[in-house]
Amino acid sequence: MRAFADLLERLVYTRSRNAKIKLIADYLIGTPDPDRGWALAALTGELDFRTVKAGLIKSLTEERVDPVLFKMSRSYVGDMAETVSLLWEPRPGAEPAPQDLRLSSVVDRLMALSRAEAPLQMSAYLDAMVPTERFALIKLATGALRIGVSARLAKTALAQAFALDLDAVEEVWHGIDAPYTALFAWGEGTAPQPSHEDIPVFRPFMLAHPLEDARVDLSQYAAEWKWDGVRVQLNHVNGETKLFSRTGDDVTASFPDVADAFQIHGVIDGELLVKGDAQGTADQGGEAASFNALQQRLGRKTVSKKMLTEAPAFVRAYDILFDGAEDLRALPWEERRRRLEAFVPRLPAERFDVSAIVEADDFDHLAKIREGARSAAIEGLMLKRRDSAYIAGRKVGQWYKWKRDPLTADCVIMYAQRGSGRRSSYFSDYTFGCWTEAGELVPVGKAYSGITDEELRFLDKFVRGNTTGRFGPVREVEKTLVLEVAFDSVHSSKRHKSGIAMRFPRIHRIRNDKPAAEADRVRTLEAMID
Amino acid sequence: MAKQTLGDWIKPHPTGIYVEPGDFWIDPSEAQGMAVVTHGHADHARSGHSHVMATPETLAIMETRYGEYPKATPMAHGEIARIGEVDVGFVPAGHVLGSAQVVMEYRGERIVASGDYKRRADPTCAPFEVVPCDVFITEATFGLPVFRHPDTAGEVQKALDALHANPERCVLIGAYALGKAQRVIRHLRDLGHHEPIYIHGAQEKLCNLYQDLGVDLGELRLATGRKKDELQGTIIICPPGALNDRWSRRLPDPITAMASGWMRIRQRARQRNVELPLILSDHADWDELTQTIEDIGPKEVWVTHGREDALLHWCMTRQIKARALNMVGREDEDD
Repeated sequence: MRAFADLLERLVYTRSRNAKIKLIADYLIGTPDPDRGWALAALTGELDFRTVKAGLIKSLTEERVDPVLFKMSRSYVGDMAETVSLLWEPRPGAEPAPQDLRLSSVVDRLMALSRAEAPLQMSAYLDAMVPTERFALIKLATGALRIGVSARLAKTALAQAFALDLDAVEEVWHGIDAPYTALFAWGEGTAPQPSHEDIPVFRPFMLAHPLEDARVDLSQYAAEWKWDGVRVQLNHVNGETKLFSRTGDDVTASFPDVADAFQIHGVIDGELLVKGDAQGTADQGGEAASFNALQQRLGRKTVSKKMLTEAPAFVRAYDILFDGAEDLRALPWEERRRRLEAFVPRLPAERFDVSAIVEADDFDHLAKIREGARSAAIEGLMLKRRDSAYIAGRKVGQWYKWKRDPLTADCVIMYAQRGSGRRSSYFSDYTFGCWTEAGELVPVGKAYSGITDEELRFLDKFVRGNTTGRFGPVREVEKTLVLEVAFDSVHSSKRHKSGIAMRFPRIHRIRNDKPAAEADRVRTLEAMID
Repeated sequence: MAKQTLGDWIKPHPTGIYVEPGDFWIDPSEAQGMAVVTHGHADHARSGHSHVMATPETLAIMETRYGEYPKATPMAHGEIARIGEVDVGFVPAGHVLGSAQVVMEYRGERIVASGDYKRRADPTCAPFEVVPCDVFITEATFGLPVFRHPDTAGEVQKALDALHANPERCVLIGAYALGKAQRVIRHLRDLGHHEPIYIHGAQEKLCNLYQDLGVDLGELRLATGRKKDELQGTIIICPPGALNDRWSRRLPDPITAMASGWMRIRQRARQRNVELPLILSDHADWDELTQTIEDIGPKEVWVTHGREDALLHWCMTRQIKARALNMVGREDEDD
């Protein structure tokens, strides 16, 4: 436990990616099984303890510390685990944890805990541990580490520690469960590479770079629409179907309608969409509702019948990775496309179609077509090199995404809240509004990205110096500062007082030069709904 | 006539505390006629006042920073002066060299303005003294129970451990130029580090002043202009602002450390690119703030600045009347 706590502690204070990789790699080499496997599972976010949730830690802390002081501290620190690790007051006379307490024995214990046992065991651990161990324990027990280490970085460290190929690690990763002893055995050369020919495992996605100001030659690149849904991978083998999200999460349970309809041995890559009426025209493929409609179904563990009928999901296929047991990923895109066009018609037509190729005379013509596409279901265009193999990750020059230009509006900052993570204790989450016809300012969105550190400090200072009201962690501010907000699209929404909702709003710039009265009206935003 | 409220002869303003029957200000942030100054930090000691009253050490610090004042009255600890109708005395606050609490008596009421203070031992200044009073005007920079500063020597030892583990690098410690820098140096000496310590040019004057006023800092050298190999295996002290500045790029692969109470919060350290956080402050931590109020036992507590909400709540739960004064511009982000 001490070694794992030290690792987290050092990772927190390390900025450089390479230095982080080295810290993790050294830990994985120097730590025995199964401890290192559990640590890796924690770093990659694969641990889930049923009976220990953030709510439990909160209520345990409130038994020891004044709840008001706890709440203020939590809001200031911006991280629950850190707050509790700092202000936990051990029961007088609590025995310190042994120096050699193993991570694996803590994990085994947490796994075996019943709901009734959890409070007592967690407070016993918290009493016995020093603050760094408490921090590690809470992070471990409640999931999200949020210490600036992505799952990808942890896997990179694993690959580096044992001189393995990263793509090969990604490939076998999803078929092995923590504590990954087979993976370490492979790494140390005492066992062969694990194989998963007969189970539906996640295959890493191929991703695209933004095109930005570049131009491409259409004789080398094909164009297709970029749909605004959820990128998914469908995998069927041996009578079992799995749906994976871009990050490799298993989302099969959220979309049983789609999973049940995919019963042919193979792996395809596509966009998951919900049928609706505000959507591409017939020549674009038609029938896809906006992202808003899809959002209703995301993140649900079970889906109601009503939802299945009202918002039926379907997949617009982009690519094919496996046809039967045959791995097609090394083939050029044009060849895979032919195989895809032959594969998809074998699937139920109401659940699957192929994303259409956009034909254009030349690049300028394509640019015109892109500008003309105003459907809410279209995010822009994809440009794919005709001879590109399907390679995991983002490979330069292979695939580009060419998004529609964002929309912008001038809004007035109304409320602010402290952020978390790197921006903890700064006021970094802003709610902003536009004017109604009656001259009232109503919130139209909330954003916490898009600003530089310098702008963050400016806005933080503005919030501190212009607070007019406090509602728990929320500060109301003078309605004097205009922010130019960028967003991908606008939708009507019953949940918001303004009647609209923005998709992916972010702060574009601070308009110190603009008086609040001249900010945009809600009516202007309404006109952007399509 | 309505009963007079406690301390109604003192008028808090966002820019300072005005004491009406004496016609003077405590730590005004704008130029005033008569200013009583608790200590030399720039957010408390400003330039431009016509008359300044402070401890001799604080006056020396202010002179070093701003030049001479038209009129300056030195007040030793324990001395009492009458300003208008108010008796004013200075007692040590334990914050930095020369720092004092201002004790005021008028119409049978005693009010103590703490300025900034701490309770733990500091080899560079006199320790805080508890003065019983009716109203205690306190700071609350670290007024949240997450702020508990560990043992100072243990934190400074971390810098020495890092130095010995990395002889080819240097340890660069960001420390506030007045008070913190000298305290870190003094602790390093007490822990047996007698090699020359290198300092940033911006800290030279105040270090010299401390030495003149009897605080032995050992051999100090300017870091600027030295060759990389000369600085390998040394400790260098600089203002926090210089940690990630161009200035530090010429140093031999520095281990970036910062001596500050904020380092208790991991994300705060990350925000400043700090690799080696040293939790060390010249302000009272949560336990010291609450302990001090208990030791003094005032009828009322007024909070000048900091995380006042939590301290007000704590007072409330103990039936102590408390209010926030909302002083502006006193956020010690570097301390």
